[in-house]
Amino acid sequence: MFASILFFIFSFLILASALLVITSKNPVNSVIFLIFSFFNAAGIFLIAGAEFLALIMLIVYVGAVAVLFLFVVMMLDLNFEELNKKTNFIKTGIITAGILITEMLVLFVYYPDEQSFIINKNNELNSLTNTEIIGSKIYTEHFYHFQIAGLILLVAMIGAIVLTLRHRDNVRRQDISSQVSRDQEKNVELKDITFEESE
Amino acid sequence: MIFEIGIYHYTILSAFLFFTGVFGIFLNRTNLIIILMSLELILLSVSINFISFSVFLGDITGQIFSLFILTVAAGEAAIGLAILVVYFRNSGNINVNEINKMRG
Repeated sequence: MFASILFFIFSFLILASALLVITSKNPVNSVIFLIFSFFNAAGIFLIAGAEFLALIMLIVYVGAVAVLFLFVVMMLDLNFEELNKKTNFIKTGIITAGILITEMLVLFVYYPDEQSFIINKNNELNSLTNTEIIGSKIYTEHFYHFQIAGLILLVAMIGAIVLTLRHRDNVRRQDISSQVSRDQEKNVELKDITFEESE
Repeated sequence: MIFEIGIYHYTILSAFLFFTGVFGIFLNRTNLIIILMSLELILLSVSINFISFSVFLGDITGQIFSLFILTVAAGEAAIGLAILVVYFRNSGNINVNEINKMRG
């Protein structure tokens, strides 16, 4: 009962903040509402029983992605009035979303009985926690997928660095090979200093 | 009984979140940052769908694939924002209607 009430509160807050994300004038407000939406999604995941993904969601989205968005929004010097002119695509958007909603409602009418597709309710992993089950599956059955995910992150990291790297001309940078290959004969000059007699 | 949370409720929530994301793409055709945020909302709705079916079917594979969705979303956000920053550095605005330099 209590979990049901929490579910309705969280889902209402997700939908409301998602609407505010796409309609707010200032992109900074949009990012804040996006963070709020992800927080509530983490609550939904906790209610559903996926604790590990709820916390990973908080860490990855709120800690990395949303902060990245906030950084870019604040770094770009944008003219918000110019950007906020709503286009004449609103009709197209309403038509598209209406078609999608109609399709989904038609599907809900022909929805199968809930009990008919529960295939694996009593598995042997019920005594373990959520994190232990994910860990035991992801390193055995889904090991190649896991490595491909790591490769995707590596490619994304290299791509982002290569895209945004910019060489300026008048900045002195470290040149390791020339710095290490300096030797004493070329770069240090010994001079005999003669002290003059003070009078 | 409406207070019994079943897979219906999760699916309806995910569907409406998906519609919100799709509608956001059409509504903000000029602001590229909000289009990227709408993509994040769509990925979140897919993730909710995966996790709810994973829980109700008693199969952990959905949660593992939701983890992969999270990976792809993080990479997509990083590369998309990098492209956005580079484009803004070169042209001075990110108005989607004026991005037509690659037109042949």
